[in-house]
Amino acid sequence: MEGKFNWASIIDFLPELGTGLYYTLLISIVGLLIGFVLGAIFGLGRISRNKLFFGISSIYIEVIRGTPVLVQAIWIFFALPLITGYNMESITAGIVVIAINSGAYIAEVVRGSVQSIDKGQVEAGRSLGLTHNQTMRYIIWPQAFKRMIPPLGNQFIISIKDTSLLSVILVPELMFQGRLIASNYFNAVEIYTAVAVFYLAITLTLSFVLRYIERRLDVQ
Amino acid sequence: MITVNDLNKQFGDNEVLKGINCEIKPSEVVCVIGPSGSGKSTFLRCLNMLETITRGEVIVDGFNLNDSKTDINMVRTEVGMVFQQFNLFPHKRVIENIMLAPEKVRKISRSDARERAIKLLEKVGLAEKENQYPSQLSGGQQQRVAIARALAMEPKLMLFDEPTSALDPELVGEVLEVMKQLALEGMTMVVVTHEMGFAREVADRVLFMDEGIIMEEGDPEQIFSNPKSERTKEFLNKVL
Repeated sequence: MEGKFNWASIIDFLPELGTGLYYTLLISIVGLLIGFVLGAIFGLGRISRNKLFFGISSIYIEVIRGTPVLVQAIWIFFALPLITGYNMESITAGIVVIAINSGAYIAEVVRGSVQSIDKGQVEAGRSLGLTHNQTMRYIIWPQAFKRMIPPLGNQFIISIKDTSLLSVILVPELMFQGRLIASNYFNAVEIYTAVAVFYLAITLTLSFVLRYIERRLDVQ
Repeated sequence: MITVNDLNKQFGDNEVLKGINCEIKPSEVVCVIGPSGSGKSTFLRCLNMLETITRGEVIVDGFNLNDSKTDINMVRTEVGMVFQQFNLFPHKRVIENIMLAPEKVRKISRSDARERAIKLLEKVGLAEKENQYPSQLSGGQQQRVAIARALAMEPKLMLFDEPTSALDPELVGEVLEVMKQLALEGMTMVVVTHEMGFAREVADRVLFMDEGIIMEEGDPEQIFSNPKSERTKEFLNKVL
C-alpha cells in the first residue's frame, strides 16, 4: 500500500472541494429552512379539520414520500422546464428539491409530535377560556417542538446526504466536485475518501449541535 | 347558576346521557356519585362544553351552551375545571401555570397575575413551590396547583372531575381539605367523586347517577342513611 496512494495531493484540491462544501452547505441550509416552513404548514394541514387543507397536505406528502429524491431532482430540472418553458438554474433547482422533499417528511414529524401531546393538555387550556389558537401557541407547540428535535435531526442529516444526488443536475456541490476531480486526475481513492470525510464532518457537527439544543431544552 | 333540561349525549350509537334534568343554585355544593360508566364525568364535561351536547339544554350563568351565538370561551372563563389527571402544563413552572390564563384571557398585567398566583399558592399551601416544575411535585401538590390555576380566573363555578382518583391514598386528604375550604367560602361546586366521606360531609346535595340518568337525588344524610332507590342501596352497599 505504501506509496500507491498520494494522500498529500488532496491538499492541492482543497479549493475545489471547498467550493463543493460551500454549495452543499448553502443548499442544505436554505433548503431545510424552507423545508421546515413547508413541514410546519402541511403538518398542521394533516391535523386540520378543513377538508381541502387536509387533502392538499396529504397529496403533497404522499407524492413526495412515494417517489425517489433522484427522480424528483431530475424531474424538476429536466422535465419541469419543458412543461413551464422556464429554465431553472441548477442551484435553485437543488434548493427546491431539498425543500419540498424534506418538507414532506418534516410535515409528518410535526403531525406526529403535535398528536403525541396528551389531549388533556388541550382540555386544560380550553377549560381556562383560552382559544384554540392560544392553546396551540402557548401549550401544545412548545411541548411538541421539544419532541420534534430528535426526528428533525434525523431528517436534517438525511437531507444533507441527499444533496449529493444533486450532482446529476449539475449542482457544483461536494460530490459533483469530487467526481470532476477524480475523473481528471485518476485519484478516486483519495478524493472520494476526502468527500466522505467532509460529509461526515458536517453531519457530526449537526448531531453535536442538536444534542446540545436537546439538553438545553430539557430543563426539567 | 346551572339549569339542565333533558340533556342527552350520544357517542355514535352509544347513548351515554339519557335525559338529565337538574338545577344548581349559587353557592351550592353538589356531589355526583355513581358506578363507573354511569355518565357522571360526561355530564360534568357537558357543563363547560368539553363534550358537545347531542340534545337538550344546558344553561350556565345565563348562557345557553347549545346556542351557536354563545361565546363558549367566555362562558369557560367563568367555569373552572379540575381534572382527574391534573393536566398541569409540564413545560411551565408552577407560577406560570397559574398566570397563563389570567394574562392571556383576562388580559391583566404580568405583575397583577403574579401577585394573584402567589396569593392562590399560599391559599393551597404551596407558596414555596412557585418556581418548581409540575414533575417535581407530588400528585397531591399537583392537584392543588391545578385548583389554584382554575381559581386564578376567578370563576363563578368550579367543576371537579374525580379530583382525587389518581392520587395515592395518603395524598387524598390534602386535596379534599382545599376543596372543603372553597366550599366554606361559598364557591358553587359540582364534584364528581368516589369520596363518600367528602360527599357526606361537604355536599349540600348528592346526585346518584346510573345508566345515564339521575336515579336519585337528595341531601347527603338522606341519600347515605336512607336511600330510596334499590340501585342506590346496592351501590352504597358496595362502596361503603
